[in-house]
Amino acid sequence: MSLIDLANPSRFSAVTARVLPWLIVATILAFAVGGVQTYFAPDDYQQGATVKIMFIHVPAAWLGIAAWGVMSAAALGTLVWRHPLADVAAKAAAPIGAAFTLMCLLTGSLWGRPMWGTYWVWDARLTSVLVLFLLYLGVIALWHTIDDPTLAARAAAVFTLVGAINIPIIKFSVEWWNTLHQGASVFRIGGSAIHPSILVPLIGMLTAFTLLFLTLHLAAMRNEILRRRLRTMLLMKADAAARA
Amino acid sequence: MRPLSALLVRDIRLAVRVGGGALVGVLFFLIVVTLVPFAIGPDLPLLSRIGPAVLWLGALLATLLGLDRLLASDYEDGSLDLLLTGSTPLELAVAIKALAHWLTTAVPLVVAAPLLGLLLNVDLGASWAVSLTLLAGTPALTFIGLIGAALTVALRRGGVLLAVLILPLNIPVLIFGVAASNAATAGTVPFGGAFLILCALSLMSLVVGPVAAAIALRQGLD
Repeated sequence: MSLIDLANPSRFSAVTARVLPWLIVATILAFAVGGVQTYFAPDDYQQGATVKIMFIHVPAAWLGIAAWGVMSAAALGTLVWRHPLADVAAKAAAPIGAAFTLMCLLTGSLWGRPMWGTYWVWDARLTSVLVLFLLYLGVIALWHTIDDPTLAARAAAVFTLVGAINIPIIKFSVEWWNTLHQGASVFRIGGSAIHPSILVPLIGMLTAFTLLFLTLHLAAMRNEILRRRLRTMLLMKADAAARA
Repeated sequence: MRPLSALLVRDIRLAVRVGGGALVGVLFFLIVVTLVPFAIGPDLPLLSRIGPAVLWLGALLATLLGLDRLLASDYEDGSLDLLLTGSTPLELAVAIKALAHWLTTAVPLVVAAPLLGLLLNVDLGASWAVSLTLLAGTPALTFIGLIGAALTVALRRGGVLLAVLILPLNIPVLIFGVAASNAATAGTVPFGGAFLILCALSLMSLVVGPVAAAIALRQGLD
């Protein structure tokens, strides 16, 4: 079976049903390994144990951005090939991406409290992640406002691509704005090279979180395919009832 | 060229003649600016310091006002279908519609900004800078708004969703608009750089806006 066969939603469902249990096991194992590595990672000499928030914070940030990339690729699939599976992939990725972005914001804020003495500063990074979160919420709202799933997919695809063009611009302008107001930022994360004792657990957690994203995304795609079938069946039933 | 100029004239006529047209936007702008001193107190030095930012924020909100009707009214009376099936490229047609919208909503704001600046104790130089930056930056607001209008065209209550979708995209315009206005008087950063980036944002949205809006309309209405 070639990769192209996966484009059929039924076959995709069948394959994911077989792959998903393995993926779940792999995710749990990766989290176990990453968790143990994180536990034995040394505390920072200034930040103490709070530095370990980083092992959740950084992977969440990575997936918050990566999910928009997945959505953009799917958006091209929607607009160029009008492929229903691309619609499903884009729709399933949006809430997961939003959740990871929110997790990034929350952990960042919890980390900021002991470090900076406040839950929130208008630092360039925080602000651009917040804007990313707002864009996610906009896409989700768009998905939920348009009834017809095909039309909703196309509208969301256009907005996703416009967002993909604009996110770098927003990030650049927010950084410019912040340096304008604050001068040199105190809150630079990762200014120095990271020591291997931190880097190895970080890579472990990045792997675990990426596997988690894959698992959640595939499961959500399967659910969405089932939801659409159910919707079609209900519409057909209503249509038959109207004819009778 | 004739269909496009006819469309421009039609849209401007509709905007000016229906429901008070351009002046309602200016009135909204005036009210927003009037509310600010009530919220933060009649402290003149403070007002003059934040004045350019308030003017930009007011203008940003005022440009949102008519956007949900920009394409929706044409969708409802069927003229949007004519534009879709006509021989004129849809990109140009929606760009002309956005241009008409900009002429009737944003240009009055540009004209009104120095007057409202007086209310906020913004000195004359800064007021002119706000006007100039609004002139350069509002095309970006309108043409980004055009995308939102195209995405929400078929929705019965698309107004709030439209604002939620496009306001985050307007952040760079706001940043550089306010920065350039402040730079004209405060002088810590050069005016030119921020102003040129503002112009670049407008030029880019002149391209991205109509193309994305046309894609959204073609894909959304068939």
